[in-house]
Amino acid sequence: MSLDSFGATALCAFTKALTGARILWLGCPPAAVPRVYYGNHASHGDFALIWACLPPDLRVRTRPVAGADYWLASKLRKYVAEHVIRAVLIDRNRETRTEDPIKQMAVVLEAGDSLIVFPEGTRNTTDAPLQPFKSGIYHLAAACPDVEFVPVWIENARRMMPKGKLLPVPLLCTLSVGAPIKLLPGEDKDAFVERTRNALLALMPLEQ
Amino acid sequence: MTAQQQTVSLFAGIGVVLFVASLAGYALKRVVAKGQPHATIDNLNDRIKAWWVMVLVIGCAFLFGKNGVIFLFLFISFASLREFMSLTYTRSGDYLALAASFFIVLPLQYLLIYVGWYGLYSIFIPVYVFLLLPILEVTAGDTKRFLERGAKMQWGLMICVYCISHVPALLTLDIPGYEGRNLLLIVFLVLVVQSSDVLQYVWGKLFGKHKVAPDVSPSKTVEGLVGGVLSATTLGAALWWITPFSPWQAALMAFAICAMGFFGGLVMSAIKRDRGIKDWGHMIEGHGGMLDRLDSVVFAAPIFFHLTRYWWT
Repeated sequence: MSLDSFGATALCAFTKALTGARILWLGCPPAAVPRVYYGNHASHGDFALIWACLPPDLRVRTRPVAGADYWLASKLRKYVAEHVIRAVLIDRNRETRTEDPIKQMAVVLEAGDSLIVFPEGTRNTTDAPLQPFKSGIYHLAAACPDVEFVPVWIENARRMMPKGKLLPVPLLCTLSVGAPIKLLPGEDKDAFVERTRNALLALMPLEQ
Repeated sequence: MTAQQQTVSLFAGIGVVLFVASLAGYALKRVVAKGQPHATIDNLNDRIKAWWVMVLVIGCAFLFGKNGVIFLFLFISFASLREFMSLTYTRSGDYLALAASFFIVLPLQYLLIYVGWYGLYSIFIPVYVFLLLPILEVTAGDTKRFLERGAKMQWGLMICVYCISHVPALLTLDIPGYEGRNLLLIVFLVLVVQSSDVLQYVWGKLFGKHKVAPDVSPSKTVEGLVGGVLSATTLGAALWWITPFSPWQAALMAFAICAMGFFGGLVMSAIKRDRGIKDWGHMIEGHGGMLDRLDSVVFAAPIFFHLTRYWWT
């Protein structure tokens, strides 16, 4: 076992032990086709949660999309991002970036890999269950119209680790996977963004 | 027999019972279900398998004596509290109270049990935590559903930490003439309460007709309740030789344990029904979560502890 795959196994085991995470494939079975898993973004651990809960054969072909500013800030983070989770690093600064993020993601999908994205853009600290989506999800769908967009609702991650807190509370997390969505012919940006967002919201458990 | 010989022979007995149950489950699967999926039989076999694991885990804890048992129940409390709090409505303002529950209250309660400080472990959560938790909560300044949030967290701590910790607390009792054998009190409690659950299930499946609490737990029947409690009480009486009790005292104790266990199961079912869930968690195949397996122990443990403490120490 190489150091990289050992790191991946260790990260998954740690995430699962801490969160007791389980994944419910409600809308579709796991499948080895290029997919974009998109979820609600409530904590730092979100990408690790989705990633750890995927079956191992799909996990090695699934790459989280993450901010380059955070993941290139230290040597350890850089190693984890590039070798362990094989993140697709996006320069979030519109002015200085040299690469088109949509193009970066499309290349990965065309190579047959899947992506994990959080279309809210930033972590949700509001009272609303889900913030408005950025339009990137539409542009990605327009660039790769054959790719399935799969909603993944992450329950409890925000309660585990609210923004600005360092010590996670060990609550149990549940991931609910919905039915895949594809861009319809002629569907415009607002309609697609709204449809994907509603599909994610529909997976949220009822208010307690 | 020494305490160690008694423990070994008890575990051997349980092993034989489980072995017979496994054989029966295998035969049912082959003969009745013909190797095909069968909801009831598969669930039965899952339960038997889980029983093996649970008995092995408890057995390993016993090998390490007092420390092993305290550590085991610390973990059981942790898993239960986690299931409970995960299904409880909290807001981001509850972070401090939640973190304190997991990282301070839980270990401290078990530390107090470890050092045997009865005067404090019996009031730590009902008094100190009861007052400190809402104080932590109010510092966040979020008043939405304030009382409800605090009350539910306190309830979770009482059930998952306070009540469960009364199982290892049995080790701290000084019973004249029973020195060094307190582990067997735990065996008595767990064996009676769990066999009451199993026997109620078996009697109910075989003869159950009249529902005892149709709105709360439709699977529980009067026939199951009476048959299960009476046979588990008999089992308790037959186990008098591992306790400080006489046979009739052991029967009464077992009856109190069974009654509390039954009502504990009902109370926890009512909460699940209200929340619209079937199980508390998914930790144990065939049994749901930790709390699903422990609901009856939770309610029986403190009562058994105090009855024993009042009359025998």
